[in-house]
Amino acid sequence: MSAAGIRDAYDVAIVGAGAAGLAAADLCARAGLSTVVFDEQASPGGQTYRSIEDTPLRRPEVLGEDYWKGAALLAAFRASGAQYVPGAGVWSLTHERELGVSVDGQSRLTTARRVIVATGALERPFPIPGWTLPGVMTTGAAQILLKSSGLAAQGRTVLAGGGPLLWLLAWQYLNAGARIDAILETTPRGNLLRAAPHAPGFLVSPYVRKGLALLLAVHRRIRVVSGVSELRAEGDGKVQSLVYRVRGGAEQRLPVDTLLLHQGVVPNVNLAMAAGIEHRWDDRQLCWTPVLERDGATSVEGIAIAGDGAGIAGVQAAVSRGVLAAAVAVRALKPGARPDGEARARAELARYERGRRFLDELYRPARAFRIPQGATIVCRCEEVTAQQIVDAVALGCTGPNQMKAFVRCGMGPCQGRLCGLTVTELIARTRGVSPQEVGYYRLRSPVKPITVAELAGLPHTDAGVKAVVRH
Amino acid sequence: MFQRVYDASGASVAVTIDGKPVQAREGDTVAAAMLAAGYETCRTTPVSEAPRGPYCMMGVCFECLVTIGSVGNRQGCLVRVQAGMRIETQHGKRVLGR
Repeated sequence: MSAAGIRDAYDVAIVGAGAAGLAAADLCARAGLSTVVFDEQASPGGQTYRSIEDTPLRRPEVLGEDYWKGAALLAAFRASGAQYVPGAGVWSLTHERELGVSVDGQSRLTTARRVIVATGALERPFPIPGWTLPGVMTTGAAQILLKSSGLAAQGRTVLAGGGPLLWLLAWQYLNAGARIDAILETTPRGNLLRAAPHAPGFLVSPYVRKGLALLLAVHRRIRVVSGVSELRAEGDGKVQSLVYRVRGGAEQRLPVDTLLLHQGVVPNVNLAMAAGIEHRWDDRQLCWTPVLERDGATSVEGIAIAGDGAGIAGVQAAVSRGVLAAAVAVRALKPGARPDGEARARAELARYERGRRFLDELYRPARAFRIPQGATIVCRCEEVTAQQIVDAVALGCTGPNQMKAFVRCGMGPCQGRLCGLTVTELIARTRGVSPQEVGYYRLRSPVKPITVAELAGLPHTDAGVKAVVRH
Repeated sequence: MFQRVYDASGASVAVTIDGKPVQAREGDTVAAAMLAAGYETCRTTPVSEAPRGPYCMMGVCFECLVTIGSVGNRQGCLVRVQAGMRIETQHGKRVLGR
């Protein structure tokens, strides 16, 4: 579908075709609201259900039954009547709920009476020495290659870090017959103690069954090194070895062709922040989360956030949050309507949120892997090191926005997505203040890079033409 | 290096990478097709000309920037291959007029 197919106005516009966006779209469209879903990827499903309609993997057991649970969600969405615009980069969202959308190098503006931001999560930055070398990727990237293209790393492959996705990918690689030489676990030992008080909630949550079986299977078949306290990727032009220490012990070295890093996921905040939605530092999940009222309502009238963008809670919670945010929109736009599934979504969400606390504490990434030192690159785009940021703080630079002017961090094409959290935490630690006080980059539209030609090519309104044409 | 797992299906799609013919698979993104063809580096950076390859594969890191057709700085992980597509790696800073 091209940009020309985007209408001028909708009842509901949803950004993101992951679990939350699909569930929300289904409910809105079935209630008779004109509904559109803009998604950056070429096929729907988000990252969890990525390529679920067109994966080249023939054996369903490779990805596991939890993955295929998404098929029902996709089927409902396809039958709902919601308009679906794939390959669509939403680069702007205003308080008036006007969206700027780019498809295939052409942009359109559209408005909606309600907007649901379901932009999901991205993997937390993992700034270790050498993390910019080719051959070093995120664990999520490897999972995307497996789901979308049936590709697995070849040669010596090492996973490093912690968190549910790391173990899931290891298990899926085993199912696919792919090779993993070792898993280096960076999760600090003390985490288990801090997580223990939250175990009761976890034990009755649906995470337990799938989590434990998977961990056992992976531990049986892959060498796991626990207590890794230091990591460094080395190589000439590409990664060739991984140097590590266990609990501060002697340096050890592993030859490696592909290094897959992961230390959890964090909300993808760029669009929501640029829309002016208030966010606060979350000390538990160590990231920025939007300030939300009941059912995803934000500080901006008519804009809700659903899914992991509202705070990390996983795919099932994302479905529930999508339903709840959509129900609010349906009730607002169709007075008297009774959206179905609300009570169930609320109960499900509570179940998954109970279990989450345990996971947050258990997989809380160590400070050494969040706040780097010295020559380690923090901003990959502009190649800014941790030391440069510490030095700028010493010169009186107090926050990420000033830091842009001092050292250009956050000013490259990724717009701070891969360095923002690190920069905030690094400045906070250097200054001895909280991340909340330090703040985040001031994000502005366009939140995805578009060409000036594309902006100039927007359809002109009469008022716009009159504003610039001389008579 | 990445390779297909044994049960992966999909029709071939002929593209070129830096002028060399490469067989990608239907449904591959440009970044996936490059990794499958052994191109771990897709560009060198504008700042220090350091080699970089795809990192996140989901549109957030902008490491997989390549030239597709005549348009530079495209996110290779967000564009699917099409028959006859011309993909080029990028080197250092953009040269004006190109």
